[in-house]
Amino acid sequence: MSDDLILRIVSKFLIPVIVLFGLYVQFHGEYGPGGGFQAGVILASALILYLLVFGSAAVRAVVPLAWLRWQAAFGVVLYAGTGMATLLLGGEFLEYGVLAADPVAGQHLGIILIELGVMLTVSSTIALLAMLFAGEPDQS
Amino acid sequence: MSLAHLFSTVLLGTGAAMLIIGSVGINRFPHFYSRLHAAGVVDTVAAGLFLAGLALYFDPGLVTVKLLLVFVFLLFTSPTACHALARAAYSSGLREPAAGDDR
Repeated sequence: MSDDLILRIVSKFLIPVIVLFGLYVQFHGEYGPGGGFQAGVILASALILYLLVFGSAAVRAVVPLAWLRWQAAFGVVLYAGTGMATLLLGGEFLEYGVLAADPVAGQHLGIILIELGVMLTVSSTIALLAMLFAGEPDQS
Repeated sequence: MSLAHLFSTVLLGTGAAMLIIGSVGINRFPHFYSRLHAAGVVDTVAAGLFLAGLALYFDPGLVTVKLLLVFVFLLFTSPTACHALARAAYSSGLREPAAGDDR
């Protein structure tokens, strides 16, 4: 469907807005509805829309598969690393209060790090699934 | 009940009626394209009526701006989804039956 003018124009206009909204859900998740998982799904949906309209080759030019695999692993490492850091600083696993001198500031930092890890893993895993389903780009 | 609330009620009621009409159309129309017509057109109009009714219900402010944004995005996405459906059906060979053919 890559020759469809209306879909292409509307997608070009919508994809940045979807990404922006995903980042809003990510960084507003501390105060309102949202959080890492939802933000990751929204970000991945932007990439899937790009994949559906512009095709496999274009989306692989934007985000290579290897990059997505690294990102999926890095999110888990960030999540677990935050937990290990709290252990090393003398707290329990994922006890954010010990991350900073002020426990409230530490909890802010911990939540933000954890949610960032969740967002990275969720968005890249969902995008990776969709890209693998779509298969290799046509050689023509 | 203030005048704005009265208008809001009328708009919300009209939107709800539109949605019901559209649902009946989706179930009762004979062919894919006419069903798509019922779904797509009514969807856009009913969503617009709903959002206008909600905007009147609340005092003007941030909520109004947000509802306006939702309306703008629906105005773009809903017809586009409809167009993509119709185009996919057309390019995979589905044609409107000839006039008088009541299937």
